[in-house]
Parts: sequence; C-alpha cells; structure tokens
Amino acid sequence: MMNFGFKIAPSATINLDNVDMEKFTLLHEMEPDVYKCMACGSCSATCPAGRFTGMSVRKVILDLQRGREKEAVRMLKGCMLCGKCSMVCPRGINTRHLILSVCRIYNEDKQ
Amino acid sequence: MKENIVIIGGGIAGLEAAGQLIRLGYSPIIVEKQDHLGGHVAEWHCLFPDMTPASDVVSRLTENVSEANIFVNTEILFINHLKDSYNVMLSNGISIVTRIILFTTGFRLFDASKKEEYGYGVYDQVITNRDLEQWFSTGNDDRVNSRELNAVGFVHCVGSRDEKAGNGQCSKVCCITAVKQAIEMKQRFPEAQVYCFYMDLRMFGKKYEDFYISAQRDYGVRFIRGRVSEVSENIEGKVIVKAEDTLAGKPVKVTLDLLVLMAGIVCNPDCTKVASMIPLQMDSDGFLKSRDNIMDITGSSRSGIFYAGACTGAKTVPETLAEARSAALDIHNYITSSRI
Repeated sequence: MMNFGFKIAPSATINLDNVDMEKFTLLHEMEPDVYKCMACGSCSATCPAGRFTGMSVRKVILDLQRGREKEAVRMLKGCMLCGKCSMVCPRGINTRHLILSVCRIYNEDKQ
Repeated sequence: MKENIVIIGGGIAGLEAAGQLIRLGYSPIIVEKQDHLGGHVAEWHCLFPDMTPASDVVSRLTENVSEANIFVNTEILFINHLKDSYNVMLSNGISIVTRIILFTTGFRLFDASKKEEYGYGVYDQVITNRDLEQWFSTGNDDRVNSRELNAVGFVHCVGSRDEKAGNGQCSKVCCITAVKQAIEMKQRFPEAQVYCFYMDLRMFGKKYEDFYISAQRDYGVRFIRGRVSEVSENIEGKVIVKAEDTLAGKPVKVTLDLLVLMAGIVCNPDCTKVASMIPLQMDSDGFLKSRDNIMDITGSSRSGIFYAGACTGAKTVPETLAEARSAALDIHNYITSSRI
C-alpha cells in the first residue's frame, strides 16, 4: 500500500445493519419505557450537568440504538443522578432508573 | 320534494351525503367513475386508530343508499350552465337538469414513481402504502416476500410537503397510516425490524398519540428522524436506504427487505377537469376553493354547488363523514330557503 502521508477519514455513517442490539434488548427488558423516548430534549434542557459535561439522556438513548455505546457510557459519567430529567419527561420515563440500568448493563466490560 | 341532486363521486363522502339526503326525503343521484362504490376506503384493509375493517364502513354506508340512483362506470362528459340550473351530461347518455351539484370527488394518491430517487417502479422491494394495504387484504403481491422479511422501512412524506414534487401540503393522514401499517407489519412479523423515516410525526387526531406510543413501546417500531435521500439495490436484491439521522446529526444507512413509501394526497385530476366546466375556483393548495375555509368549507363560490370530503383537502374518514353530513344539511337548507 502506497503511503501518501495521510489517510481517508473513517466514514461517519451509522450502518444500522451492523448495530448489535443484544444489550439494548436486555435494557429494554429491564426498562420497557426506553422505547417511549421521542427525543424531545426536555431531559437535556433541564440537566444541570449537561452544560458542563455534555451529558444528555436523549442522546444516550439514541447512541445506544445506533451502536455508539462507548460515547453513551462516556456521557453518563457526567450524570449526578439528581433526577431532574425524570421530573420533566413528558412520556413519564423513569430516566434516573434508566440511567442506573444502562450503567449496570453497559459498564460490565469497562468500556 | 322532486328535486334532482347530483353527487359526483361514490366514495365515502358521496355515500354518506346521499344517505343523509335520502333520510331528509330527497332522491340523490350518485355518479361514480369506477365500477365500485366506496372509493379509496373500499381498497383499504383496516382503519386507524381502532383497526376497524374498512369493508364494514363501506358496507354500512352502501346500505343507506339503496334507494339512491347510482351510476357506476360513469363519467361526467360536460356540464352546461343554464339560467338557474346545470345540465349534467353523463357518459352513459343520460342528461340531468339540476340546481344542485355536490362534489365528493376526493383525492388521488401521489404518483410515487415521480420521486425517482426512492425507486418505486425501479426496484421490486419498493411499494406504496396502497400496495401494502392491498397486500394486507389479499396477500397477493410478488414484491412482498413474507418468507424473508427481516427489515421493513416506511418513508413518510412521499410527495407531501415537497414543493419540488408539486405538492407543498401536508397530506395529514400518512403519519398515522404509517404507524398503523408499521404495527400491522410487527404483528405479522414480530422478529422483523421496522423503521419509520419521518420529518415530523403529526399525531393530531383522537387516540393517535396513544397509537404512536404503542408502536414504540409495545411493538418496538424504530422511528428515525430524517428524510430518506436515496434508495439503491444491493447484489442480493435488497434495498439500501440512506438518510440523515438528524437527532444524531449523522448519516445513517440500512439494508431492508421491503420499503413502503407513504404516498401523499393530491387533488383528483378528474375533479379539476369537472370543476373547470362550471368553472369553479381552485385554492392555492391545488384543491377546490371553499367559499370560506373556516365558516363555509362545504360551500362554493357558486350557488347550488357544494363540496364534501377530500376534494377540498386531505381529510380523515370521520372528518369526511362529518363534512358529508354537513353538506347534506346545507343542501337541505338551500332547497327549503329557495322554495319560500
């Protein structure tokens, strides 16, 4: 392979064919309401940690379904478990409980 | 009470209006272009949000019009404007002199092959909402391979909210139809992944939001916010769909066994033709122009001409039925007030 001194950037495209949904299925069994998220963003808007750490529950839920688990777990490190997002969620998702379940399922292999 | 009332279109609006007029003591005449009554609803399998069989709705409406004069397979050749009435010439050679014409000419589904990038008519695995609904009813469609259906996609807003496609309007009912059809696919193929590609989800009607939540929570339908940009075929004969996941801000692609295009609602071109004979004004959205879009949606700018249903814009079944009843009452009032 010729070395040009630069490489093509990897594609940013999310390929849904390759997303492993096994853990998400497990999460869904523990937290059936995770499917109810409609990405309105009220959780992120109210999150006191969000503006400092980039924490966003709606993004976590989305990333997990797009195979971006590392990013999701990294984001969750900013969460203080204050539970404000649970109070504002219009779909009544227990986001605080959901976050704990995500940590339990996805943190096992220390990503 | 011998007053001719011509109803153009034997869809649900025409049937309901005729049924109400019969109950009021009139004898309406229904002119239907196709060989069957019930219009689009007769071709549908079941209706949101309670999964009511469409055939039940049509047969109930048809029962009420057994006394009406019904001409199927009949078109309007021309309409002459006489002094204070209209002479309607039908393709079966009958001509009717009437003071009152009710337009229940309905809509036509947008021709999905116009959006070439979505591959309708090009790839075998791409069908429309109407094709899928017929497959639900009959089970006959070579494009749907039920033995190998692991991933299904629905594309919202095909020929709706699309100025370039010549239809800037929201077709209103396709969001909820997609949710309904996605649920039905999940019921038939619980293991399949079902994706909906949407711009907005407009769940405006009674129980629609519940239906949407149920699609998410109970059926696991996956909603992806972003308009599909293009569809291609891979070597195995599956379709690859590309879109932007606007919530993630990233391009997304997925391989599907079946893609369903939610074709939008446009004004029936036959209606435009008949309207030009009188002539009637068209509104800026391409549908018939009501006398007033708030206070008098069933009235036209011409005396004796009335509208009901989707000829004035996209409507749900209950909205169409309500409008048909309202038009029947308007016609009754028109007749009684002119008699004095």
